[in-house]
Amino acid sequence: MVSAQSAAEAGQASPAAQIKIAARDVTISYSGVAALSGVSLEVREHEIFGIIGPANAGKTSFLKALNRMDSFTDGMRVEGDIQFDGVPVSRLRNVYALRKRIGVVFPLPVGLPMTIYDNVALAPRLSGIKDHAELEVIVERCLTRAALWDEVKDRLSSLGSLLSGGQQQRLTIARALSQQPEVLMLDEFSIAVDPVTTMRIEEVLRELRSEMTIIMVTNLVQQAERLADRTAFFLGGECIEVGHSSQMFAGEVRDERTRDYIEGKFG
Amino acid sequence: MFEISALNQRNKKVERLFRTLFLMMVLLLVLPVIVILATLIIKGGPIISFEFLFTSPTDGMTAGGILPALIGTVWLVSVALLVSVPLGVAAAVYLNEYAGNNWFTRVINLAIINLAGVPSIVHALFGVGAFVIFFKFGTSILAASLTLAIMTLPVVIVATRESLAAVPMAFREACWNMGATRWQTIRRVVLPNAVSGILTGVILEVSRTAGETAPIMFTGAAFFLPYLPESIFDQTMALSLHLFVVSTQVPGVPEALPYGVALVLVTMVLIMNSLSIAFRVYLRGKKKW
Amino acid sequence: MSAAKRPMVARERGDFDRRNADWYIDRLVQGLVFLGGISAILFIIGIFVFIAKEGLGFVIDTLDLTEFFTSKYWEPSDEEAPEYGILALIAGTASVTGLAMVVAIPFSLGAAVYIGEFATGKTRESLKVLVELLAAIPSVVWGFIGLSIMNPLIIELFDVPVGLNVLNAGIILGLMAAPIMTSIAEDALKAVPDRYREAAEAMGATRWQVIYKVVLPAAKNGLLGAVLLGVGRGFGETMAVLMATGHSVNIPTSIFDSVRALTATIAAELGETAVGSDHYSALFTIGIFLFIITFVINLLADLVVRGVRKG
Repeated sequence: MVSAQSAAEAGQASPAAQIKIAARDVTISYSGVAALSGVSLEVREHEIFGIIGPANAGKTSFLKALNRMDSFTDGMRVEGDIQFDGVPVSRLRNVYALRKRIGVVFPLPVGLPMTIYDNVALAPRLSGIKDHAELEVIVERCLTRAALWDEVKDRLSSLGSLLSGGQQQRLTIARALSQQPEVLMLDEFSIAVDPVTTMRIEEVLRELRSEMTIIMVTNLVQQAERLADRTAFFLGGECIEVGHSSQMFAGEVRDERTRDYIEGKFG
Repeated sequence: MFEISALNQRNKKVERLFRTLFLMMVLLLVLPVIVILATLIIKGGPIISFEFLFTSPTDGMTAGGILPALIGTVWLVSVALLVSVPLGVAAAVYLNEYAGNNWFTRVINLAIINLAGVPSIVHALFGVGAFVIFFKFGTSILAASLTLAIMTLPVVIVATRESLAAVPMAFREACWNMGATRWQTIRRVVLPNAVSGILTGVILEVSRTAGETAPIMFTGAAFFLPYLPESIFDQTMALSLHLFVVSTQVPGVPEALPYGVALVLVTMVLIMNSLSIAFRVYLRGKKKW
Repeated sequence: MSAAKRPMVARERGDFDRRNADWYIDRLVQGLVFLGGISAILFIIGIFVFIAKEGLGFVIDTLDLTEFFTSKYWEPSDEEAPEYGILALIAGTASVTGLAMVVAIPFSLGAAVYIGEFATGKTRESLKVLVELLAAIPSVVWGFIGLSIMNPLIIELFDVPVGLNVLNAGIILGLMAAPIMTSIAEDALKAVPDRYREAAEAMGATRWQVIYKVVLPAAKNGLLGAVLLGVGRGFGETMAVLMATGHSVNIPTSIFDSVRALTATIAAELGETAVGSDHYSALFTIGIFLFIITFVINLLADLVVRGVRKG
């Protein structure tokens, strides 16, 4: 963990650190009503990138823009430039391929109304994997990594939508992992989850960092402090600042509003 | 204090009065139908037998059974379903899964409402003008079934749409975020959870289609045929039209015969509807989320 | 470990934007269901076009529209001077529909209020099921009931020579339309938010006061929509009015007069006419008229109901 942090710090100095997602001047509106304006930031490979900010800051909209959900959302409009691996996402010919590379976990857990097994096997099946043995390996691996395997291994054929909230959230993570994503986006994943499960998921995320890039929207300042290598502070549809978590949460901020938010003066 | 309680008393009385009044209205609505059903059973029941159901009419339709009419209805309904179910499900999928909230969608909705609202005899005229004459299908099962299919299309669309809309949006979003296309999402998540609701609508449509008379009178159903239909290009008898014929067009029919036909038709339709309702209630009891 | 992974990712960089089979299948399905969606529009246009095709030529060349709407003589089979006046047929349809509404409106609205506002739990569910089953009885069966049960009943009760008349068909049509109107009206009541009711009850209003002062005014448009759809239904009903009205061309002066409806005229005569003859075309002209009337009624009902949704 220490080495990862130092690597991230070194990242700023060395231009060799790969940029996974680059957003430049991104503006988002819903039927003409602005939700986000002029956001520019970069997410580097193999970091946990935290986004904090109060409600209606535009955090969720930003995530939706990253995987092009705007094309499936009535009235949503994205301007500016977002690049994934250097490819501008606004000009993609096949948005589904982009989404396959980005796993998403929602605030409210969504267990699909099919068996636990089918929930996790869905993404591989969509990619054309039909072989049973292969699917079983994937299902077990993803459930294990999401810290759910031990609890459900004896009832893989029961409905995923009837699990408890905390279990469903881990199922959602397992499902996201089954896509073998390069980027994992989590949107306030702990909102409907008990503290113990939250800690377990946080542990999972730390382990996953070596394999993928993680973007984590959270309304818990301490969660960002615990997990994120770098953190962006969103407020009222703007990105106020981006900084190394270690510095930001130690009080080295460029904008007073960031300090106020971190210290819990509003939000 | 006294005044208030007196007012309360009065209010309670008014309330009870209205409650009773409205209950009476419901009962008066239901009562005639119970009387009617009882009459059908009493007068038509005795004639119903294995022979009645499974032989052809004889003696100029004043005796014998209703087999050709029963089989004809099955033909008409089946062919109509083959057309209207895929078309109706497709339309509902488009409206619920693809269409935006815009003027074009409103026009489609209006068209569906009108399709359901246009008089059945106008559908019959359309069937004659389009299928019998223009497309040269002649008076045939095909022409009659197509007419029925178009007429009952709204039933399938509305039922399918409702059951699609009942699948939570979050399921779709979860699937889209995994990189599934709209169609993959519909096929893997939406349709499997809506299929029972769609089935309920289809049963309802069977019942509607079987009872229709006007649309088939001039497009494919015949008063009397000595043989059973062999292909969709043949004419056929039909139960609903048979009731009209034996009760108005044929002299010297014994009283019990049309009652028997009516009883069979009503029983068929009510069983279908009860099945559809029972299915719906059963589904409500076993939610998957 | 992360270093080992990197080359694999790098190889795929920027290479993912390819359209695959799934993408094309999705497009294909989108096109197919779109066809399903527009089929409803095509059918409505098709209905109008094909009816107009058979009827319009006659309207332009032969038919005197003034006579069509103002003459009460419908004598299409008169060989020397056939007359195509639908005034009496309109009067027949209107009188039967009118009486049907007199029967159906109070009963269906009353039933809707009872089911939606008074009844609870199992009673409510059973009543709804019953109403749904009522709506399922085919119109030809209703016609048969008019013919075989109502007819002798009316003759006996009112001491009239013929029991197939406005009264008979009106009651039958009323019973037919009531369940549908009840369902739609109940939907309209259900659309009134519960907080309205709760607010009124919190102020001490009784159930009936809540219904009368709050729920009914709020559901006004939906209820009007229900009535309009009932009228449309009555206007377009064919088999029941064919069998229960007595089917004689007549402007009624009492509810015991036999009449003939627009729809029933087509049903009774289309089979006897030669394709393309004046009589045949005249029947299609009635069809055009019916199509336009019901289209307008449905449009109105839709606008009225939509009005309540917006508000």
